[in-house]
Amino acid sequence: MAQDLSEKELLKMEVEQLKKEVTNPRAPISKTGKEIKDFVEAQAVNDPLLKGIPEDKNPFKEKGACVIN
Amino acid sequence: MCDQTFLVNVFGSCDKCLKQRALRPVFKKSQQLSYCSICAEIMATDGLHENETLAALKSEAESLKGKLEEERAKLHDVELHQVAERVEALGQFVMKTRRTLKGHGNKVLCMDWCKDKRRMVSSSQDGKVIVWDSFTTNKEHAVTMPCTWVMACAYAPSGCAIACGGLDNKCSVYPLTFDKNENMAAKKKSVAMHTNYLSACSFTNSDMQILTASGDGTCALWDVESGQLLQSFHGHTADVLCLDLAPSETGNTFVSGGCDKKAMVWDMRSGQRVQAFETHESDINSVRYYPSGDAFASGSDDATCRLYDLRADREVAIYSKESILFGASSVDFSLSGRLLFAGYNDYTINVWDVLKGSRVSILFGHENRVSTLRVSPDGTAFCSGSWDHTLRV
Repeated sequence: MAQDLSEKELLKMEVEQLKKEVTNPRAPISKTGKEIKDFVEAQAVNDPLLKGIPEDKNPFKEKGACVIN
Repeated sequence: MCDQTFLVNVFGSCDKCLKQRALRPVFKKSQQLSYCSICAEIMATDGLHENETLAALKSEAESLKGKLEEERAKLHDVELHQVAERVEALGQFVMKTRRTLKGHGNKVLCMDWCKDKRRMVSSSQDGKVIVWDSFTTNKEHAVTMPCTWVMACAYAPSGCAIACGGLDNKCSVYPLTFDKNENMAAKKKSVAMHTNYLSACSFTNSDMQILTASGDGTCALWDVESGQLLQSFHGHTADVLCLDLAPSETGNTFVSGGCDKKAMVWDMRSGQRVQAFETHESDINSVRYYPSGDAFASGSDDATCRLYDLRADREVAIYSKESILFGASSVDFSLSGRLLFAGYNDYTINVWDVLKGSRVSILFGHENRVSTLRVSPDGTAFCSGSWDHTLRV
């Protein structure tokens, strides 16, 4: 657990970890951002919260007799 | 022993070199030992070295962090909202509360949906864990935990069990049974054991493994059947408050966030940390993977939510407004990932446009802080739980 280790040991672990992370493969935002945007656009068609559901298909609609829109 | 002063000269065998010398009392890690003057000298210089290496390590860590930032900055060629400039803006949103689930006697702390898209489990401060049918608002099961502040609860993928935990430092799994004669508490199985409170738990893709996060600063993966610890994840320097598993298609990783303001991504099989992000200014209360698995969002006490792209290895968007002063306790994405729902401690829920970085809508209704928020598995609704003892769908 974090509290049991001495400060020196914690720092050692941190330094080891950082050394590994500096070498991680990375991609520019122009590429990854575009992929996120493409994903959203592709999925947006299926997103009920985005485009709304017709009342008759909505499983959560109130079953009352009077519905005020 | 405590009466000894530095002036008293004791003659005996040194605790270190064992030679017969005049001894001095010396304190090492709050334990009193007797060293001869030579060993005492050596210890004093060791102490100096110790400090030097500590300082050396600190500066090495700082320089590595700096290098990491440099590498990350190289990829910051464009902002997310610039990439999304040509995307259609969202129209006005009207979201209504369709169901209000009342029944908890105290603050609702956590909830989770079942894969059948209608059942949910919620837990509260008074120790009660309730399974609801959200369509009918009926309570299907209720269990009273032996501890209060049940901060974490999760529904098993099969829908046949729930897991919960809190101040009892454990995660317990309860199989759900429809037999009226069976007492649910009797079948309880304690799976995880931590040395501090349980802050979050989640089943992996199967009912057989559970991932937990705790106030003791660690996350752990457990086998439900045997209760054995399969993997533990060390790295946070303070309480871990939340975790989320990557969507199954993208692999065996999970992200955790904690009071040390850091969000960390881990490999479940090796126990190694893969990436770490430290841009929040306060405790991270909630982390949630983006539906594609390539990014995750976090909500924090610093009143902002941030989106981190895992492949660009940096924060790509901040969702904040000057008028929002209270921390975000819980975040979740809509099915497509276009909307980010965030529950705040000022009793509201803000809906953000993930791509453009702007707020789309504010939802009012709760009478106390929103503590937990989850979108249903098919994206048709989302549920928010609050300290006002209710859940709203």
